[in-house]
Amino acid sequence: MNAKLTDRIATICFYLIAFLILSVLAILIGFILYQGLHVIDWTFITQPPGSILTGGGGVAPQLFNSFYLLVLTMLITIPIGLGGGIYMAEYAKPGKWTQMIRLSIEVLSSLPSIVVGLFGLLLFVQLTGWGFSLLSGALALSVFNLPLMVRVVEQAISAVPKEQTEASLALGVTHWQTIMKVILPAALPGIITGFILASGRVFGEAAALLFTAGMTSPVLDFTNWDPSSPTSPLNPLRPASTLAVHIWKINSESIVSDASKIAAGSSALLIIGVLIFNLSARFLGQWFYKKLTSTR
Amino acid sequence: MTAKIEVHDFNLFYGKNQALHDLNFQLNEREVTAFIGPSGCGKSTFLRSINRMNDLIPNVKVRGQIKIDQQNVYDPHQDLVELRKHVGMVFQQPNPFPLSIYDNVVYGPRIHGISKKAELNEIVERTLKQANLWDEVKDRLDAPALGLSGGQQQRLVIARVLAIQPDIILMDEPASALDPISTERLEELIIQLKESYTIVIVTHNMQQAQRISDQTAFFLNGYVVEFAQTQRLFQQPTQQKTAEYIAGQFG
Ligand SMILES: Nc1ncnc2c1ncn2[C@@H]1O[C@H](COP(=O)(O)OP(=O)(O)OP(=O)(O)O)[C@@H](O)[C@H]1O
Ligand SMILES: [Mg+2]
Repeated sequence: MNAKLTDRIATICFYLIAFLILSVLAILIGFILYQGLHVIDWTFITQPPGSILTGGGGVAPQLFNSFYLLVLTMLITIPIGLGGGIYMAEYAKPGKWTQMIRLSIEVLSSLPSIVVGLFGLLLFVQLTGWGFSLLSGALALSVFNLPLMVRVVEQAISAVPKEQTEASLALGVTHWQTIMKVILPAALPGIITGFILASGRVFGEAAALLFTAGMTSPVLDFTNWDPSSPTSPLNPLRPASTLAVHIWKINSESIVSDASKIAAGSSALLIIGVLIFNLSARFLGQWFYKKLTSTR
Repeated sequence: MTAKIEVHDFNLFYGKNQALHDLNFQLNEREVTAFIGPSGCGKSTFLRSINRMNDLIPNVKVRGQIKIDQQNVYDPHQDLVELRKHVGMVFQQPNPFPLSIYDNVVYGPRIHGISKKAELNEIVERTLKQANLWDEVKDRLDAPALGLSGGQQQRLVIARVLAIQPDIILMDEPASALDPISTERLEELIIQLKESYTIVIVTHNMQQAQRISDQTAFFLNGYVVEFAQTQRLFQQPTQQKTAEYIAGQFG
């Protein structure tokens, strides 16, 4: 067999694989949207679920919870993840200690989410006495997103050309100022990618939330914005089911007659939500990157 | 002629490898000193020892002293940030930040506390003129610096160094990426800058060393084989190795 032919065959194989991956994705999304899109209407997005007897209603609280939980989780994950990543890339000296941190991060990132959920139940739900709550859920999700975030930030920072760092330091600029002015802006696109990956896990996670944020949502009053009030959607200490948890719950234990319809609608809504979120995060990130740097 | 930089028994090790051996010489204020020598002989290493950029490399050890204005830069109390404000460095590869031309020049001054627009504008115009770049970029100061040609980038980073008003400028083969015309301009610039700055330049170009420098140090395998007035070193080298090197017999 000659080299040219081998090359041809290899090229065709790679195209086939790429095509296969794309079609799996297309079929999956197409199927979910086909099943669910027609369920989504204004009521579905703005109303709470109907009673067990009547069915109907919507998923407004779950939709809100998904996004609110994302915000809470990111409030915890981003500062710690950034700090950890900066430490690992800029300050950690090679040695036993750093190796141990690295190992711990790897172990942490390979924990099954159900285990993180049970850990969260013990620590953030029972020990703290908060009960099932958004905050417990956000903490559990942070535990499982942190390793990802730290690793992505570390890689993004390490990929910043050393010449740029040296140029800044050689101008009599401190290490910290160099990190803020040169390294972080240059690492921003990588950091945004990490942020989006972590967000995707928050949207999609159910197992870790069952035992921490709970499976129910109290009746919410969307005109009440006082975070300490139990009916306020902003209260971080109230239980909350997210869209993903709602889908799981409806499919596994609901007895309402239109369960499958609601599940299909929720799935489609979740996918649309994630898509919109990813695209806008990327867009915002790029806009911000352009502002910070000058790469027209 | 006052000595600006005095080097006493200076040695540097990368881990177990000794890269510089017992260096002893003086660099004079408001003069250009050229470092020549074959690749890998320690010119960059020594240059980076003056502003302590080698501190960034793990496992670097030094012995001996480098004094700037009688002050040992390896003193444990030496403030590295202050040191580097006084000792500017132009790297071998032009390394502008991914910012606009304007923001590159004012990067240092801004961080060091200058915020008045008028003052920053003045710095940009003055340093870009000094670096012979003003006429080419004055209409597009907001354009990205990475869009400039290699030679323009090199002059931009020189302006960026001038903007922090150092007294010493270290240049590591600043002309290696430049075409002949840019090189000539750079040499004119260095001769102008000599009036107010002490300049150390690494170069592989013997003609260049003779055109711009007052003193020359010939490095070989981590030793300074010969250090003398440039004219003297090139016309009557006292060391066999120097004579061979400038005759182009090795390196
Ligand atoms: N970061 C480093 N770690 C270990 N050894 C190094 C490092 N940098 C340089 N060296 C070694 O130190 C010696 C001197 O290197 P240096 O870069 O100073 O040479 P140079 O004279 O600038 O060469 P060139 O003309 O090629 O730039 C070389 O043997 C090199 O391998
Ligand atoms: Mg070099």
